[in-house]
Amino acid sequence: MSPLSLSAEQLTKRFDHFTAVEGVSFSVQRGEIYGLLGPNGAGKTTTIRMLLGLLRPTAGQGTVLGYDIVRQPEEIRRRVGYVSQKFSLYPDLTVAENFNFYAGVYGVARRSISARRGDTLALVGLADQEPVRAASLPGGARQRLALACALAHQPDFLFLDEPTAGVDPISRRALWDLLYALAASGTSILVTTHYMDEAENCYRLAFIYQGRIVAEGTARDMKEQQMQGQVVELDCEPLDRALTILRQAHLFDEAALYGSTIHAIGPDAQAALVQLPGLLADQGVTLHSAEVIAPSLEDVFITRLRHVDQSVHSPA
Amino acid sequence: MNTRLWPIMRKEFIHIVRDPRTLAVMFIIPVVQLILLGYAANTDIRHLAIAVFDADHTAQSRQLVEAYRASDYFAISAYVNDESEIARLLDGGQVRGGLIIPPGYADSLLKGRAAQVAFVIDGSDPSVAGTAFAASQSVGQAQGVKLIQQRLGVDFSSLGGIEVRPRVWYNPDLRSSNYMVPALIGLILQFLTGLFTALSIVREREQGTIEQLVVTPIRSWELIVGKIIPYVGIAFFDLGEILLIGVLWFGVPVRGSIPLLAAIALLFLLTTLGTGLFISSVTKSQQEAMLVSFLVLFPGIFLSGFFFPLEAMPAPLQAVSYVVPLRYMLIIIRGIILKGVGLPAFQEQVIALAILGPLILIGASLRFRKSLE
Ligand SMILES: Nc1ncnc2c1ncn2[C@@H]1O[C@H](COP(=O)(O)OP(=O)(O)OP(=O)(O)O)[C@@H](O)[C@H]1O
Ligand SMILES: [Mg+2]
Repeated sequence: MSPLSLSAEQLTKRFDHFTAVEGVSFSVQRGEIYGLLGPNGAGKTTTIRMLLGLLRPTAGQGTVLGYDIVRQPEEIRRRVGYVSQKFSLYPDLTVAENFNFYAGVYGVARRSISARRGDTLALVGLADQEPVRAASLPGGARQRLALACALAHQPDFLFLDEPTAGVDPISRRALWDLLYALAASGTSILVTTHYMDEAENCYRLAFIYQGRIVAEGTARDMKEQQMQGQVVELDCEPLDRALTILRQAHLFDEAALYGSTIHAIGPDAQAALVQLPGLLADQGVTLHSAEVIAPSLEDVFITRLRHVDQSVHSPA
Repeated sequence: MNTRLWPIMRKEFIHIVRDPRTLAVMFIIPVVQLILLGYAANTDIRHLAIAVFDADHTAQSRQLVEAYRASDYFAISAYVNDESEIARLLDGGQVRGGLIIPPGYADSLLKGRAAQVAFVIDGSDPSVAGTAFAASQSVGQAQGVKLIQQRLGVDFSSLGGIEVRPRVWYNPDLRSSNYMVPALIGLILQFLTGLFTALSIVREREQGTIEQLVVTPIRSWELIVGKIIPYVGIAFFDLGEILLIGVLWFGVPVRGSIPLLAAIALLFLLTTLGTGLFISSVTKSQQEAMLVSFLVLFPGIFLSGFFFPLEAMPAPLQAVSYVVPLRYMLIIIRGIILKGVGLPAFQEQVIALAILGPLILIGASLRFRKSLE
């Protein structure tokens, strides 16, 4: 079997006149964790729904585990696990009953269900919760049970749509550890998120914005090769006045708050740094430090977005 | 057996068992409904209270009063001396009718003139009034015939002519519980299966679990069948429950074949489950589903001939009633239970159900599949 687990080519989905996904192409290798990163409404869920055969692409094509997403959705569904964005369990069923149900409908043989349940629940840390009703599980545990249900039939490919939304940081970490373990055993994973820090956990990722992929590759690639311009981190106060000045002065292309500092991005940071202290001091801003730093993923995306917005608003 | 049906059915069964409200509605409501309707929807008249104003005070007038009393339909609860007194008793609801014999009644009879008496009826309950109206006339006519025979000194039966002797079949005492209880079976089956199928599917939509089901290898027919079967089981349990109460409590005679009834009930359930499925595919919340169910089911009940005879309805309503499955089912159930008749007697109705059932179920399934996309 080829190591390619998923390929999407120019996937496009139009609803009436609104284009939710446009020309999205990417591929996932076997055992890889691939991230789809993007803000609300970017088209992440729509992309996944096309890959699972829930939505028919308006244009483009794709395969999952070698099966065509339009013609062989049933083959795909039998072999993949999917934790949807709104995944919900049956609240009146216990942990064990929820698992048994999904194992049953995925065709796990009845005599092997209980062994499988033991293994999978142990994997997600719910082994001692079997008789508990899903309704009384805390959020993080519910998420892990959802994952366990999606793993009941030992899928070769796992789709997770915003699996960590509304989950506490410790549970998030635990979930990622689990995903690494699964990937290490050969499961391919496609995960969507709108958390930047989470995207860094993926082996490769695509940044999707208004239905298009605006950047793609490993996080390191993006930072080193796809970044246009340099990033200057400024520690100064008051922050809001400094931000206004920076945006008006056109020393940089972009300036944005980044925690308690400002990240300013421009093509020639060294030149800007020369003018900067005087400019800020004139307006009563105290500059504690200013230095060129390695870009974060967020810096990459901010510049990419600017690029996209400009090309959209002023077509060449 | 299909391996995916089993987990769906088992899950559905757990939902039912874990929800005390659903359980109560399924097993207790039929009993309550049966007992309420069995008594409340009673249109029998027996010993209907009437007041008598006899202004004639003769042997003949007393004979007439006696004839009414003896008829069993009426019970004389007051003798009054004034017409206005009758009006007062009617207004107060103490009596439902009044017999007024004017002065000169006996005199007219003796002189060979037509004697007139008045019978007033409280028409606020039309079905009771209708029966009382007919009873008052027939009692009066019988008495008239008797008087003529006496006067002529002949026995009419020796003269030939027509004598109508009405004999009521199937329900000789004209007891309305005999009529209502079988019909309730149809009504309750429809209500339970239709509403609960709709609710159980819409609940999954509300919870968001349906999206999850769609990406499993479950086919939509498996989901439909797996969800429906537990409710069919409950429907049959209720059918037995109602029959038992009907027989033991209301003394309804079961004259026909129960297996035949069960077989046709299955056909009928296709229509009700299909209706429920359809409702689930056009609604988004359980509340909405409940509302739409009532909007669909209630007119259906009226158009089925459950309360009012279809023959009395305006033609357009009668025309609509042909697509109401309950209409056919009521005829079949009453036929099997009260008349003890078999398949040949209601072929047409069974054919109608055999057409409507698959039609509704397939149509609803298609609509349902579409709603999953
Ligand atoms: N069935 C539909 N009909 C019309 N528009 C739709 C439909 N489904 C999604 N959209 C629109 O397509 C766009 C992309 O939606 P999608 O759910 O894919 O975004 P997302 O990236 O998953 O966002 P989120 O982070 O909010 O989940 C949104 O603007 C949404 O309103
Ligand atoms: Mg989404």
